[in-house]
Amino acid sequence: MLQSDASQAAEWRSWRTAIEAASPAERDRLLSQRARHVRRNIVRTILEAGQGHIGGDLSVTDILVTLYDAVLRVDPERPCDPQLDRFVMSKGHCAAALYSTLAQAGFFSESELPTFMKPMSALNGHPNRNKVPGVETNTGPLGHGLPVAVGQAIAAGLSGSPSRVYVVLGDGEMQEGSNWEALMLAGHRKLTNLWVIVDRNRLQQGARTEETNGLDPLPERLAAFGFEVREIDGHDYTQLYDVLSTPCSGRPVAVVANTIKGKGVSFIEDRVEWHHKVPTPDQARQALQELEDAS
Amino acid sequence: MTTITQLPTYDNRMAFADTLIELAASNPKILAVCNDSVGSSNLVGFRDRYPERLINVGIAEQDMVGVGAGLASSGFIPFVCGAGPFLTGRALEQIKADVAYSQHKVVLCSMSPGMAYGELGPTHHSIEDYSWLRPLGGLDIAVPADRHQTRQALESLAGDPRPTYLRIGRYKVPDVTDPDTAWERGRMITAREGDDVTLIGIGTGVSIALDAAEALAGQGISARVLNAAWLAPFDEASLLRAARETRAIVTVEEAHVAGGLGAAVASVLAQQPGGSPCPMRMIGVTGFAPTGSTSMLLEYFGITAADVARVATELLDVP
Repeated sequence: MLQSDASQAAEWRSWRTAIEAASPAERDRLLSQRARHVRRNIVRTILEAGQGHIGGDLSVTDILVTLYDAVLRVDPERPCDPQLDRFVMSKGHCAAALYSTLAQAGFFSESELPTFMKPMSALNGHPNRNKVPGVETNTGPLGHGLPVAVGQAIAAGLSGSPSRVYVVLGDGEMQEGSNWEALMLAGHRKLTNLWVIVDRNRLQQGARTEETNGLDPLPERLAAFGFEVREIDGHDYTQLYDVLSTPCSGRPVAVVANTIKGKGVSFIEDRVEWHHKVPTPDQARQALQELEDAS
Repeated sequence: MTTITQLPTYDNRMAFADTLIELAASNPKILAVCNDSVGSSNLVGFRDRYPERLINVGIAEQDMVGVGAGLASSGFIPFVCGAGPFLTGRALEQIKADVAYSQHKVVLCSMSPGMAYGELGPTHHSIEDYSWLRPLGGLDIAVPADRHQTRQALESLAGDPRPTYLRIGRYKVPDVTDPDTAWERGRMITAREGDDVTLIGIGTGVSIALDAAEALAGQGISARVLNAAWLAPFDEASLLRAARETRAIVTVEEAHVAGGLGAAVASVLAQQPGGSPCPMRMIGVTGFAPTGSTSMLLEYFGITAADVARVATELLDVP
């Protein structure tokens, strides 16, 4: 089991404090700076490993960074505490994005990131809660995170914990039937401490979602299951912050975050072939440069 | 000859229901989770006393097991109940990823396992469960053989929860232990001493093995009977002792032999240096069942005391 990194956790706390005190415009600027760092770590991590799911990592980055740096009440030195907020990464194949975000928050040292998928590394291609602090449950096969999050939300209600439960799913993942079982139950039980976030990048491994097994009208479908649906631009920090921090009103919240797969790197954006393609060293240099230049 | 199956029989499910209610009274962390199976999982009494602590997810086994993992990860002790075939078959990947691999402390309570549903047919039989679950690392598989062991299993899990598959028999069975027999994780129980042949039963197989031992005694054959009780962790020490101290081993289970008790025993014996210390045979289910009652199906697959005794004498080469 990896251990928290005290100096990175302290640095994360000072960022949290600054972000909480900031004006919306300043908050956007700070979050984009944090996201740029995570994206650059994702590119480096995948280049080093020679494996990974770069497209979905880059589409979900802004969601993860907004959660960890501005929304979630968590403590890197008390991971997975049921009295704090919970975060479940259901799209476990985007482990590189999760690891980069958790490391930046001090759940473990960023110096571990280059071990991603190396022999005996704690950082498996899909996250393992028994090795990585902050991972709530082992995911990888799709359609597993949401039922677990629903169980955590029910548990918080039963025990009177103020814990809020956030779960991120890929949009392709919404084709798994287990998610709809869990959505039914969450709606039925009116779990007002549950936030379901769909990373709506419109691509899955083999093709566009709407060409494969269409999800639209996704917001209406989620609403029909009893959710308060908030559809946003999943790369707009103000929108992300607002919908993720505004309390539920009697129903669980579903956030349809419209994103771009591969966001931030021109030649990866919205390209189906970059689901799990690995950049060449030249491409990685270009990607890192584009991410450096962006502001 | 008095056979054990002529003794009074008791319902493991009642022991399960009564014990769960008793434990819940003193442990507020205990929850029951089910898939609309309030009746068939015998949770009516639990629901009446603790309505808010019964989480009925509806007919949705994948969600049920995932929800159980989420409850466990929040400090609760969820007893997740459903008919064996659906709990294991429908939610197998959740059992693998959310319970065994994640190590969330969920107690999976498999109701009406084996061929308890008789004429309802193979869709409703849970004979594959051992074969599906035995390779899952970190998942205990415990099979109480009577009401006393059912109670002991629940008490032990409430005190020390861990990821566990618990098979709760549906039809009444005689007592094969007494309340003082130790229920120890990963340990077989010697139900009868003997030194010619060892009969190892699990679940409903234990009373069949005991009856077979009685029949063999009538032929002057001394049969040891082991109540396996646990498929994981598996008690290799007791098995190997029996393999050294007796001349043959027969296993008896109400499950498919491909990956259950017999397969576990064969795997251990075959891998001993120099090969198996003694010959063995597996008695159990070998395919989808035809239409019939549970007792007819047990006869159809040769899972009876007479069959066990016959196979034992063949192994011992007794004419």
